[in-house]
Amino acid sequence: MNLKQPLRIGAGSAWWGDRVEPAILSAEQGDLDYLCFETMAEATISAAQVRARRDPSFPGYDTYLDDRMRGVLPGCLRRGTKIISNQGWINPDGAAERIVHWLRHFGARGVKVASVNGSLITDRVLELTDTILENGRPTSTLTPSLVSAEVYLGAEPIVAALKQGAQIVVTGRVADPSIFMAPMMVEFGWDALDHAKLGAGNGLGHLMECGAQVTGGYFSDPGFKDVPDPWNFGFPIAEVQPDGSAVLTKVSGTGGAVNLQTVKEQLLYEVHDPANYITPDVVVDFTTTRLEQVGPDRVHVSGIGGKPRTPTLKVSIGCTEGFIGEDMFFYAGPGALRRAQLAKRILEERFRIVKLDAEEVRIDFLGLNAIHGAMSPKDQPEPYEIAVRVAARTKTREEAIKVGREVDGMAVSGVGHTGKRVPHQDRTREIIGVWSSLVPRERVQPSLKFFES
Amino acid sequence: MKVKLQHLAHTRSGDKGNTSNISVIAYEPEFYPYLKDQLTAERFQAYYAGTVTGPVLRYEVDGLAALNFVAHGALGGGVSRSLCLDNYGKSLSAAILGFEVEIPDTLRPRLRGQALLA
Repeated sequence: MNLKQPLRIGAGSAWWGDRVEPAILSAEQGDLDYLCFETMAEATISAAQVRARRDPSFPGYDTYLDDRMRGVLPGCLRRGTKIISNQGWINPDGAAERIVHWLRHFGARGVKVASVNGSLITDRVLELTDTILENGRPTSTLTPSLVSAEVYLGAEPIVAALKQGAQIVVTGRVADPSIFMAPMMVEFGWDALDHAKLGAGNGLGHLMECGAQVTGGYFSDPGFKDVPDPWNFGFPIAEVQPDGSAVLTKVSGTGGAVNLQTVKEQLLYEVHDPANYITPDVVVDFTTTRLEQVGPDRVHVSGIGGKPRTPTLKVSIGCTEGFIGEDMFFYAGPGALRRAQLAKRILEERFRIVKLDAEEVRIDFLGLNAIHGAMSPKDQPEPYEIAVRVAARTKTREEAIKVGREVDGMAVSGVGHTGKRVPHQDRTREIIGVWSSLVPRERVQPSLKFFES
Repeated sequence: MKVKLQHLAHTRSGDKGNTSNISVIAYEPEFYPYLKDQLTAERFQAYYAGTVTGPVLRYEVDGLAALNFVAHGALGGGVSRSLCLDNYGKSLSAAILGFEVEIPDTLRPRLRGQALLA
C-alpha cells in the first residue's frame, strides 16, 4: 500500500438489523481499502444458540449475510476492498463457506476467505472463570441456566488472517472496535503492544462501530439538532494516517452530517470512564481527544490516548432466565385516562384471581409513563390517547401466557371504549440474561481456517 | 435566567447490562462551566429518582466540554430482563434535557433552539 494516501476504512453495519443500502453505496463509491461489519448485540450469540437447538436448519451466522454480501461484493471485488465481519456468530466456518459461494456466484476465483474461531468457551467457562462481575457471585451459580459463553477477542487473530493473505475475514465474537482497528495494525505495522497507537486505533474503531450514529443517526432533535435528509444516511468512512489520527467522513450526496456534535456523542456512547475504556487490545483514553471540523462532513480526530491492555479478556455468559409476557390495549377521547386507570385495576385483580406467578409486573400508561417510568412528571395534562401496556416476567412460559390471555379478556369483559389488537402475534418471549466475567488472556487461543473461492 | 438544559447541551444514552451512560455535551465551551457546576451527580440522580435505582457516577471530559453520567440500576435489571418498552434506555437521555440551569442573561443570544425559548 502507498502510505502517502490515508487508509480508507468504511463501516458496513452497526448491528444485525442495520440497513444494507448505505453499505452498498460505500462499497461502490467509498473508494474503500476495507469494509467492516459489526452485526452482534450482547445476547446475539445466546439467541443464536437457542435457535440452533430448536431449528436444525439455522446455519448459525448473520441471517442477513446473503443480503449484505450480495450487495457489497460486486463493489468490493471491483475496487479490491477487503472485508472484515463478525457475521460468523456461532458458525464462522459456515459463514466463510457461504461467502465463498457468493464470490463464485460473482465469478471471483482464488479469493481467500478466513474464519476466526475460538471465542466460544461454553464448555469450559466454569473452569476458566471465577466471579460474575455484576453481582460478585461465583460463575458456577449459572450452571443450570447456561446457554453460551463467549470471549471478546481482540484484533490479533484478524491481523494474522490478513497477513496470511485473507481478503475477507469472518469472525465470531470480537470486540467491536477491534474489527475496525485490525486493518490499521496490518497496513501501518503497529505492534500489538504499542498501546499509544492501539489506543488511537481502537478509539477510531469505537467511533465507527455504530455506523450511522456518527453520521447523523440517533441524533436529530428538531429545532436543536437538525441534519439534512435524515432518511438517507451514509455510513462512516475513516481516512486514517499511520499515527492513528484520521478524518471521519461519509460518501458525498448522502444525508446526515459528520460534525463535532455527532462525533462527540458517539465518542462517549456506551463509555463509562472516558479515561479508561477497556478493550481486549488496549485501554483507550478519550479525555485527550482533539476534534476539528476541517470541511463539510469532515471531522479530524487526533490525540486519543492508550494505556497497556489488561491481563484478562471479558467473557459474556448468556443464560435462560424465564419468560416475559406482554401486550397492550388502547383508550382515546375524553376520559381516556380514567378508563385506563380502571383497566389497570381490573387487570391487577384478574392477575390475583388467576394466580399469576411473576417476579415483576408492570402496567404502564403509554403516553404518560411507560418509557421513563417512575420519574415521569406527575402533573401532566391528560393525553387524548393512551395505551395500557402490560408486562410480566415469569419463570415459565405457562405463566407468561396469562398476560396475553387476561388482556384478551379485556375485549368483551373490560371497560367501555376499549381498543384492542387482534391477538395473532406471539405475546411471550424467552429471556436470555447476559452476565460478564473475566478470563486470563493466555487461556484463550483463537484459531484460523482458510477457504478459497 | 433559568433555561432548560436542551438550550445548552445535547445528550445521548448508551447501555451496558443494567447500566445506562448518559453524556451531556455543551453546545459551546462557554456553557460548560454552568453544567459542570450545577448538574452534579447528586442532582442527576435526584432528577431520575425512581427510574435510576443505583448510584450515579459523573466523569468530566473538560477537553470536549462534556460530562458523562454512569447510572447504575437504570435498565430494569438489564436489557433482556427489563419490562420497560424501551429496554435499552435509548430515550433516557431525553429526560435530562428538561433539567433547569441558571445562566447569565448575556448568554441568551448564544442558546440553541431560540424559537423554543420561553
